[in-house]
Amino acid sequence: MLYAILRRFGQMLFVMFGISVIVFLIFFATPGADPAARIAGRNASPEVLAAVRHSFGFDQPLYVQYTRMMEKIFVTGDLTSFVNRGWKVVPAVMDSIPVTLSLVFGAAVLWVVVSIIIGIVAAATRDSWLDKLLMALGLLGISMPVYWLGEVMNLITQSRHHDKWVFSWVPPLGYKNFSDDPKGWFLTLVIPWITLAILYIGIYGRVLRAAIIESMQEDYIRTARAKGLSETRILFRHALRTSLIAFVTLFGLDFGALVGGSALLTEVVFGLHGIGKLTYDALQNLDLPMIMATVMYASMFVVVANAVVDFVYILLDPRLRTS
Amino acid sequence: MARLLYGGLNSLLISGAATIFTLIFGTMAGLIAGYFGGITDTVLSRLLDVLWAFPIYLLAISLSIVTIAQGIAIGPIEIQSGSLWLPIIIIGIVYIPYVARPIRGQVLALRHSEFVLAAINLGVPGWRILWRDILPNITTTLIVFVPLMMALNMLTESALSFLSIGVQPPAASWGTIIQDGQALLYTRPLVALVPGLAIAVSVMALNVFGDGLRDALDPRSKVRLGRD
Amino acid sequence: MILSVRDLKVSFRTHDGPVRAIDGVSFDLEESEILGVVGESGSGKTVSLLAVMGLITDPNATIEGSIRYKGRELVGLPPRELRRLRGNEIAMIFQDPMTALTPVYTIGWQIAEQIRVHRGVSKAKAMERVEELLAEVNFPNPHEAMSRYPHQLSGGMRQRAVIAMALSCDPALLVADEPTTALDVTVQAGILDLVRRLRAKHRSAVVLITHDMGVVSELADRVMVMYAGRVVERGTRTELFSDPRHPYTSALLGSIPPLTGQKPRRLPAIPGSPPSLLRLPQGCAFGPRCPVRYGPCEAGKPGLGKDAHAAACFRVAQA
Repeated sequence: MLYAILRRFGQMLFVMFGISVIVFLIFFATPGADPAARIAGRNASPEVLAAVRHSFGFDQPLYVQYTRMMEKIFVTGDLTSFVNRGWKVVPAVMDSIPVTLSLVFGAAVLWVVVSIIIGIVAAATRDSWLDKLLMALGLLGISMPVYWLGEVMNLITQSRHHDKWVFSWVPPLGYKNFSDDPKGWFLTLVIPWITLAILYIGIYGRVLRAAIIESMQEDYIRTARAKGLSETRILFRHALRTSLIAFVTLFGLDFGALVGGSALLTEVVFGLHGIGKLTYDALQNLDLPMIMATVMYASMFVVVANAVVDFVYILLDPRLRTS
Repeated sequence: MARLLYGGLNSLLISGAATIFTLIFGTMAGLIAGYFGGITDTVLSRLLDVLWAFPIYLLAISLSIVTIAQGIAIGPIEIQSGSLWLPIIIIGIVYIPYVARPIRGQVLALRHSEFVLAAINLGVPGWRILWRDILPNITTTLIVFVPLMMALNMLTESALSFLSIGVQPPAASWGTIIQDGQALLYTRPLVALVPGLAIAVSVMALNVFGDGLRDALDPRSKVRLGRD
Repeated sequence: MILSVRDLKVSFRTHDGPVRAIDGVSFDLEESEILGVVGESGSGKTVSLLAVMGLITDPNATIEGSIRYKGRELVGLPPRELRRLRGNEIAMIFQDPMTALTPVYTIGWQIAEQIRVHRGVSKAKAMERVEELLAEVNFPNPHEAMSRYPHQLSGGMRQRAVIAMALSCDPALLVADEPTTALDVTVQAGILDLVRRLRAKHRSAVVLITHDMGVVSELADRVMVMYAGRVVERGTRTELFSDPRHPYTSALLGSIPPLTGQKPRRLPAIPGSPPSLLRLPQGCAFGPRCPVRYGPCEAGKPGLGKDAHAAACFRVAQA
């Protein structure tokens, strides 16, 4: 088991390194234009361009440039935005991390709980109208663009219907710090959580249902029946327990897509100032240093999170744990 | 309304072309890695691992932002910044590992199947075995991929366009129309709602079709719906 | 009388029409008796015993006839009542020990689960009992084995664990479905020996399902031969082996290599293959493969009769 963990850890480091190289190459070695001009933004003066060239080492070999860039992002943190006049990029990223984490973890709790319930109910009532309805809804959830769903949510909860309907408790868009105002934090995040969770509930509900149905065909379920266990016990203690392993693997894979994708879009729609919104604003201004930093930090976080999920997976599956 | 149809055409075009791009390069990578093995496989597989772990939107954003202002020029090929080819290639690239990894696994299994071993022993050249013996055996998987990848690509394209790094004005897609509609959300909500509904319906149709196709052609495969 | 099955019929609705997997099977079982049920795959031997266990969960299945356990009718018994019997008074051992245990729990936990469900004892008490059971089925180090996961044990050890599980509540009836088929020959003997000793100790009645006549000759008191969902011959072991009456039984016995004497150059095989249950031949199902068929065999299905040693064959009735 120690070996498995070490191996996974080594793999994680390798992937981190690989991603940093890819990001570096994309930003500094894409043919077609001068990287310094990209970084300095539109209408940069010749002096600024020269300063950029010097500080990123564009007059030096690629590996020096790579080291400089990593230093600026992870060590000294003195990467500056040129579009926003000398704004330090790394602190801005650090400030936005709690917002993104609040969004992602809240949504994850919601989607894991709800999709487990849906997967179990659908598998237990297999081929009934309830099962079919749940699966159709799940498919709908998968098929909607998340930012569009967010806008629909806003339309329902923020428009002139706001006070007439049951949504009068929904605060205006924005984010409140948990430490300042826990209740406000919770209320502003409820709708974003639901929006983000709907997509994943669709995927996970479907996957869990399929996994449970598959494991209900296994020989050990017949053994469990022969032992005289109740159907409920068989479903929860035997079929679900083995299906959850598949569920956790998937969670590891998707967590990355979530932080780096749907969460970004959700933040934009709901005006939450997380990493996603930071990236979005930078995109509108063509603020490359900022994007470089957000992409780097977000992907590193994703890689670490995926590795953590894999460790959990090793703990969950005795076949991996003990061999 | 005309804009909606025109946007829809672009959305379909991009997701379709990106699917073809992904399938071609993903299959090539999977075939080469799976068939030749050894150091080729190691290098390709590690590269695919890294791409796989790279959150797709972040990768797409990085690729878009550096090419969006000035376009890109690789040797003689030059793509202008407003070209539809940019989103096609970017979306095509980010999903390559999704195709290449399962294909590699299949090729690896086929590589050790008896009919391929027999062909090798007969001295049939490698490229010929790939083309005549292995490719026909993975076509069902590739066919199953098409609708599911298109669904995925359509969502990705719309998201990139919504972030204003996909289709560039004056061209439009369903994603850009939703973005335009965002400002009008409370006064003219239909501008944003209708294209989103169009995406949802198209993606859902593709997913249902893809699920059915998979169950009919390749019931044991693990190819599955959108992951993002 | 532990078990009395009368005219059991099981049929499944399928895409290609209804399939009668079991067509009128009857048998009895006394206390501490071992009944061997023999037949090729598809002959209905497993399905008939799954019906006894109440383990046919397929919604497309219909079960008719009567299954009486200690005088109590099991067909149509509510699932709750059946569950109380299963694993408690009637236990089952399955063919493939590699897949019969849930991979994510220790074998100790899995055996204890059964004891706790039926006996309502504390976890600690159940675990004590598990240790005794594992010792009884010859685990070299029972205490340590309890905390093992199935994948950490060999096939033979897993089958011992499955047997320990089956015995955990002192069942009056034990159904063993091909308990040695998936195991190495060297391990098989140990398992058979175990079944024999346990029968003597617990006085359980055992139904031993197998396609292996060798296993039957080692263990069974009485034997029932099945073909295409029907019983074609029944009798004591001695009767069956020394005086097989049905041509199918004779053919099966001919397929065992003799242990002593002149070895035949080639073992005779039964020509043809078992019929599809969807398209049973007219008349006797064994007819097309039978070396001694004649006129009546194509006209009607032969009955088994009432004798203790009986065969469903027109030739026998004729003689």
